[in-house]
Amino acid sequence: MNTIKKLAGFLWMAMAPILILFLLFQANQKITTASVAVKSNVILQWVIILLIFTPICIGFFIFGKYATAGEYDQLPGSSEDL
Amino acid sequence: MSQEKKQNNIAFVIGASSVGTLIEWYDFYIFGMLATIISKQFFPANAGTAALLSTLAIFAAGFIVRPFGALVFGRLGDLIGRKHTFLLTLIIMGGSTFAIGLVPGYATIGWAAPILVLILRLLQGLALGGEYGGAATYVAEHAPAGQRGFWTSWIQTTATLGLFLALGVIILIRSNQGVEKFSAEWGGWRYPFWISILLVGVSILIRMRMSESPMFTKLKSEGKTSANPLKESFGQKRNFKMVLLALFGAVMGQGVVWYTGQFYAQSFIETVCKIEFIQSRNIMLVAILMATPCFVLFGWLSDKVGRKWIMLFGMLAAVLTYRPIYQQFLTISSVQNRADKIDLTKTVASAVKVKTDSKEATKIYVTQNFDTAYTDGAVFKYTKTDTLQLGATYNALIPIDALNPSLIVSKSAKPNVVLEKILGHADYWSMIWLVFIQIVYVTMVYGPIAAFLVEMFPTKIRYTSMSLPYHIGNGVFGGLVPFLGTLIVEFSKTDQNPKGDSLAGLWYPIGVAAVCFIIGLIYLTNKMDKNVMD
Repeated sequence: MNTIKKLAGFLWMAMAPILILFLLFQANQKITTASVAVKSNVILQWVIILLIFTPICIGFFIFGKYATAGEYDQLPGSSEDL
Repeated sequence: MSQEKKQNNIAFVIGASSVGTLIEWYDFYIFGMLATIISKQFFPANAGTAALLSTLAIFAAGFIVRPFGALVFGRLGDLIGRKHTFLLTLIIMGGSTFAIGLVPGYATIGWAAPILVLILRLLQGLALGGEYGGAATYVAEHAPAGQRGFWTSWIQTTATLGLFLALGVIILIRSNQGVEKFSAEWGGWRYPFWISILLVGVSILIRMRMSESPMFTKLKSEGKTSANPLKESFGQKRNFKMVLLALFGAVMGQGVVWYTGQFYAQSFIETVCKIEFIQSRNIMLVAILMATPCFVLFGWLSDKVGRKWIMLFGMLAAVLTYRPIYQQFLTISSVQNRADKIDLTKTVASAVKVKTDSKEATKIYVTQNFDTAYTDGAVFKYTKTDTLQLGATYNALIPIDALNPSLIVSKSAKPNVVLEKILGHADYWSMIWLVFIQIVYVTMVYGPIAAFLVEMFPTKIRYTSMSLPYHIGNGVFGGLVPFLGTLIVEFSKTDQNPKGDSLAGLWYPIGVAAVCFIIGLIYLTNKMDKNVMD
């Protein structure tokens, strides 16, 4: 199981930048195709989404990095381990 | 302390904490449920500006301020104690909700109205971010060893019961007042906000009688509280890795299952299936009421078999069955499947009604209702409205049929047709069962999660550490279900299928729940920490 945990960690690490790029691509597409009347609103929506999801994706990358480093091989089993 | 006294004490702790948390959820929901009226009353008629401000109110309160509130109040709760912190969040939430009900509309005070409402909504988000972690931590720290899942599950019922209360109060006032009176500037829509101050007042009195969590008191007396909870929670790898695991292995999946079952379902039934306003809310109310005991059932069960498998089973069931469930919603409410069931004896067309535009006397709206009745008791109501531009002011004494055609300058190319469906008894209950199944999934993922989160972190930084992943999972991942769902439906529109795939929006919750299920399956442990007296 620990091998799977470590290998899957590489997948999470790879997914994080892909997700950021996907969001950037979507934001760009939606903003450029938005009509003038709603453009500022669409920009605001996507700025908030990017602002929130970028640190989450960075967190996902760190999660993957920890997994590859074996940080989750042995989880705390009781209060003493916390 | 005798066993009976201990039980009474924990029952009081649960009751007092739950009532406050329930009221906070109620306060937070009524704003969302009355969003359409609020935007009309407080925001300028200019569509662009109104949309911009309401985006700020909805997005910022849910996605930015809630996690920020988790950090601010989580830190406070780990520094000064749980009791005073979640008393403070209750006061902020109750005060800001009551104040929203007092703000005059845009028509009276202009730009001050949307700005005040926006500030108050952000305060609501901030308070909500601090409340849940405090209540869950407080109850868990009182719960006897081996019963943490059962006792904290009572706190978990509050989010759903808050939704129930908000829906119930709004339906009650709206049914009594009628739509017009309810939607007026100082109309009935303000009552749910005013009622909040009474509920909060009672809850504050109860909470003032509560004592501090025994674990926090012990920690404080030993001088072992954290000097910098934020740094210890997120700056130290041994704890930060658990924050990340909680978020990606449990809470993000729980958040999307929660929002899909309770909000996306309602929105889908109303806007896609076109079920009538009151009936769609009744479907939700009955399903919520029937499923709520399952929170306690799964919380109790998690004490016996562990938290992990119950939560993961709920996520997996959601991933596998969301599309068939929503397909069934479409089938039940479909017009095509009913062609042979029309009851001609009860199918009627109303008389034509004419209404003159409030600003242009030469513009009229010609409305006619067609009620198609079916043998199973269903009634589909079509309201067709044509907009006519006349060459002169309309004389209401002349029937529209007798109107000289030469007076009509122009007519809307396409009439506006509004469809509202009232389902028959059998289909109504089928809808309730389909929503009920989804809320059972909610209870599986949400019932044990407070105990699960509490057991992941040490007492001295528990409030901070569990609040942030909880509010990112629910506020961000869950809160984005409607927005991203709509966006994905937009992607599915093609020239061949201009309406798009109405089920495509489900790919977002299905995708997030699937990734969370895999991470939880691989990384989470099913071991429970029976005694969190660290």
